[in-house]
Amino acid sequence: MRFGAILLAVSVAFAGGTVRLLNVSYDPTRELYQNINAAFAKQWKAKTGADVVINQSHGGSGSQARAVIDGLQADVVTLALSYDIDAIAEKTGLLPKNWQSRLPDNSAPYTSTIVFLVRKGNPKRIRDWNDLVRPGISVITPNPKTSGGARWNYLAAWGYALRQNNNDQNKAKDFVGRVYKNVPVLDSGARGATTTFVQRGIGDVLLAWENEAYLALNELGKDKVEIVTPSVSILAEPPVAVVDKTAARHGTAAVAKAYVDFLYSPEGQEIEARSYYRPRSKEVAAKYDKQFPHLTLFTVDEVFGGWQDAQKTHFAEGGTFDKIYQPGR
Amino acid sequence: MRSNWFQRHSILPGFWPSLGSSMLYLSLVVLIPLSAIFLKSASMTWPRFRSAVTAPDVVASYKLTFGASLGAAVVNAVFGFLVAWVLARYRFPGKKLVDALVDLPFALPTAVAGIALTSLYSENGWIGRRLAVWGIRVAFTPLGVLVALIFIGLPFVVRSVQPVLEDVDRELEDAAASLGANRWQVFSRVIFPLVRPALLTGFAMAFARALGEYGSVVFISGNMPMRTQITPLLIVAKLEQYDYAGAAALAVVMLLASFVLLLFINILGAHGRKYMEAR
Repeated sequence: MRFGAILLAVSVAFAGGTVRLLNVSYDPTRELYQNINAAFAKQWKAKTGADVVINQSHGGSGSQARAVIDGLQADVVTLALSYDIDAIAEKTGLLPKNWQSRLPDNSAPYTSTIVFLVRKGNPKRIRDWNDLVRPGISVITPNPKTSGGARWNYLAAWGYALRQNNNDQNKAKDFVGRVYKNVPVLDSGARGATTTFVQRGIGDVLLAWENEAYLALNELGKDKVEIVTPSVSILAEPPVAVVDKTAARHGTAAVAKAYVDFLYSPEGQEIEARSYYRPRSKEVAAKYDKQFPHLTLFTVDEVFGGWQDAQKTHFAEGGTFDKIYQPGR
Repeated sequence: MRSNWFQRHSILPGFWPSLGSSMLYLSLVVLIPLSAIFLKSASMTWPRFRSAVTAPDVVASYKLTFGASLGAAVVNAVFGFLVAWVLARYRFPGKKLVDALVDLPFALPTAVAGIALTSLYSENGWIGRRLAVWGIRVAFTPLGVLVALIFIGLPFVVRSVQPVLEDVDRELEDAAASLGANRWQVFSRVIFPLVRPALLTGFAMAFARALGEYGSVVFISGNMPMRTQITPLLIVAKLEQYDYAGAAALAVVMLLASFVLLLFINILGAHGRKYMEAR
């Protein structure tokens, strides 16, 4: 890592007019950031005359955060959940703990939600969350302990159950337990779960991020699977942040800030919408209205009091997820 | 006797430099990273350490990890020996190909192996479909874990046993036969004792490799808490929650248990060799 840092510093020094940024992101954003980076570089060149090259790193959100904690020289991080950026702030101090309030909309320029991917024609007639607990329905979702993205799935089911049962936590726990009783395989990551559902043909429904469900749909063709949007779901807010101290050391603070601001700009929002992320901008959202079905969305902050609390209650050792599988504890 | 211990090696020159550089190398490659794990887990209080390493899902994962690894190593010891026997003793067309095939599990990225095995053995897979008729499910059960571990462990046994088998002096067998030993006696009293240490080494390596295996297993196991989660997966799960100390605690338990088991197997092997020399 240290060697990489030196290499990066040297290459910045010698590249002259070229600025280099490293954006450390999570898995399914490859295509999104390819397009964003090209557009941003063009805009930055027009504005300042300088060239900017953005290097990307992709991986599981948690392992990407750990890489940054262990010294990966990220100028910008764009991850799947704020809990992971919190961990960077807390363990390294490279960015302040209040990082999430520095940019608009909880530092999440684009959002998504959890939807259902079902077999073509929806043979099991799965319409909403309560269909997932029916006997004989097989649900595919990754293990929330190893997959950051899968924690959204779990919390979405929990939030739905709370709404149906006047915020009765015990009933929600029972409901989510019944959903997971219908889960035959807990893949370690979202990609593995998609493979299980699509390639191996296991399960009646895959819980997925909306943008990833669209990617799967495009890849497989609409004659194989279809997307079902439930009545209620969670607002997934994948956050972005400038890693202040790293960017300051690289002398890239200004361009890094411009980069994350670009994600909120009309042009950036368009690109995000085309990658099936829900844009924050009302104008862009209106333009892509047909692509994003309307549903009631709740946030982690509203229902679970933020990621730190959600993590402690549900996914830490002995949390609600463990209890589903440990009778009598 | 004890004071002569080091001098026994001194027939060859360069003992101290070679021992020194070996120790340095071992320290850099093995000891220092491993001590880092111990240090990390030392940041926990004892009650926290104990609760981390004895949680019900963790205990279930030890049973699966050690049980399946042992099972896979036993299966590989039997069938790996057979493969080594065939390769060492017979000539047949395509032998070179088979020989190269044995090493494939070494070279294949484990994730690829895991995905391929899962495709084959899942209930819609080419093999899994046929087994499902008999009510046997492999993928997403402990049996699937066993299958993956057998796959990755096979070369260790074959590659340890094969050269020893090839070196077995044919004259010994002829001598045994001329003294009236039947084929089974020649095998069990002459050949097998000669290759037993190598077989044990291969067994130990296959076992050790299986204990640490992650990439292929996570695909085929299904990772169901209390049923098909291996300990390395739980370590990753803890890392995913930035519980570095908890992850290190599990790693320490795995390390100590593996070390004791491997030491035991090695002592067993050394004992066997001494026994052979004594005869």
